[in-house]
Amino acid sequence: MADIPAIEAEGLAKRFGATQALAGVDLSVPAGGILGLLGPNGAGKTTAVRILATLLRPDAGRARILGADVVTQPGEVRTRIGLTGQYAALDNYLTGRANLIMIGRLARLGRDQAHRRADELLEHFDLTGAAGRAVKTYSGGMRRRLDLAASLIGRPQVLFLDEPTTGLDPRSRSVMWEIIRELAAAGTTVLLTTQYLDEADQLADQVAVIDAGRVIAAGSPDALKARIGDDRLTLVLAPGSDLAAAAGAVTAYAAGSVRTLPDSPATSGPRISAQVTGRDGITTEVVRSLDAAGVLVTSVTLDRPSLDDVFLTLTGSRAGGSQPAADPVPAELIGGAA
Amino acid sequence: MTASTLPVTPGGRPAPLTSPPRGGALRWWLSDVLVLTQRSLARIVREPETLMDVTIQPIVFVLLFAYVFGSAIAIPGGGSYREYLIGGMLGMGIAGTAPGTAVALVTDMSTGLIDRFRSLPMSRAAVLAGRTLADLLTQALGALVVAGVGLAIGWRVHTGIADTLAAFGLALLFGYAFTWAGACLGMVLRSPEAAQQLGFILFLPLMFVSNAFVPTQGMPGWLQAVAVWNPLSALAAACRHLFGNPDPAATVQVWPMQHPVLSVFLWSGALLAVFAPLAVHLYRRKSLT
Repeated sequence: MADIPAIEAEGLAKRFGATQALAGVDLSVPAGGILGLLGPNGAGKTTAVRILATLLRPDAGRARILGADVVTQPGEVRTRIGLTGQYAALDNYLTGRANLIMIGRLARLGRDQAHRRADELLEHFDLTGAAGRAVKTYSGGMRRRLDLAASLIGRPQVLFLDEPTTGLDPRSRSVMWEIIRELAAAGTTVLLTTQYLDEADQLADQVAVIDAGRVIAAGSPDALKARIGDDRLTLVLAPGSDLAAAAGAVTAYAAGSVRTLPDSPATSGPRISAQVTGRDGITTEVVRSLDAAGVLVTSVTLDRPSLDDVFLTLTGSRAGGSQPAADPVPAELIGGAA
Repeated sequence: MTASTLPVTPGGRPAPLTSPPRGGALRWWLSDVLVLTQRSLARIVREPETLMDVTIQPIVFVLLFAYVFGSAIAIPGGGSYREYLIGGMLGMGIAGTAPGTAVALVTDMSTGLIDRFRSLPMSRAAVLAGRTLADLLTQALGALVVAGVGLAIGWRVHTGIADTLAAFGLALLFGYAFTWAGACLGMVLRSPEAAQQLGFILFLPLMFVSNAFVPTQGMPGWLQAVAVWNPLSALAAACRHLFGNPDPAATVQVWPMQHPVLSVFLWSGALLAVFAPLAVHLYRRKSLT
């Protein structure tokens, strides 16, 4: 039992019309591990989760959850998994408690057991006060917590979290992170998808970077970062600075590509970031040369590489929507697989 | 967040807590259906206005027909139009919930909730069975409302209790079978608005091209042929027959009008045999593509 991977996928492929959503995905997560499936919108993350959670049938390849095949033994799989989709899967007209009891009963808990477990989870997720209110009155963060509680009601051994923090405010997001860490610490195997690079970095012990339906890199966050190696220097310039001149000055010190981000109302000024080989004095030299080029520097940061850099290096493009933004589309309007 | 440990799976737990006992498949299926029926009813308790299609709507129709149109409608063979009306209104009050069934299912399908249901070890067909069962209960309420407003405007039953119960039972049987047609509609449409509108567009002609409100004798010949074979005509005729109300369809020499009760049984069986498996099939197909 111990050596069966909790989640195992080989060559998963799925096509929707003209779109090849998955083009041969292999994954393996040991029991108790947290795998972060990282990629931009449309990379195939949700499709992969839906196949693993028995909601979709793959065109090719196979997948097993704790040894049970998702296509031939879906019933077995369903007794072992919990799924928290991208949009809260709750009945808006029922109370929080009624939702949990309903899902508990459908997850094969007895009546008393379902009530007890619902109260236990409500308490743990800090929802006891709102338990008697209809879910449609809940805030986004409360809804997400209730949704996660619902997917835990049958005590799943394997938990799928599809973009668990998309659209959440920073405080709710850190609460979710805390919960996910606790779950993993208690031995639950977690597969979470995210387009937030810091999220995968924070939570996952293994990361699979997925793009256009393929896993383009896999490993621990540190191993992925090691593939990039260099440090990243980010400079915020005074509004109205000559970005081209600045980029020219920075390029002389860069060990890799130099990226520029023009000024916009959302930022405090134009930005430049470049990979640089870490050595003493590098920051001073760059600032000095910018000064000589007549560019005013507002702030300077020197970071270890982030998964954002990993993604950029692997695909040659920015990860789609890597900034946590408010979800513009209400959940009720979204249907089907992404 | 509280500091207590999360009540989740311990890593070394040998077997899932939720493993269903062998041989309990039927029991679990019933349990799933009841849980989902309860869910639909709980929503009604929270938002009673969702019952308008079986409360306000039949009352408005009964009053409109009894007092506005009824005075201009003569019953072949004589009799009170108000007594004639209620047998037809029963069909409307009951089958009229089918668009609502479609709307509720489309709404469910367009939220993540159905995905959650599918990821649970529950019965696939329970979602549809639970919904149609809850709708059957609202149809029973609709039947009582029609009977109540009927009694208030002067409708009376001229037979015994057994015939009366048989009429309501027959109407509910047909209503339940008809609900599955609504369920199919809910499986093929994408938005609740479309379900609402298309449901109404399909349902209204079905309702009116029948003897529910107006005797078919006054319709043009080709329309008569459609109307007398309309299952809602058979239902109305059967109810009138069982209530002992004026039933001009009894003089129409067409098989369903001569055997209205049997016709309703056959129609209900046919609707169930076609639409229930089709709805379940569409639901499954939707879930895997």
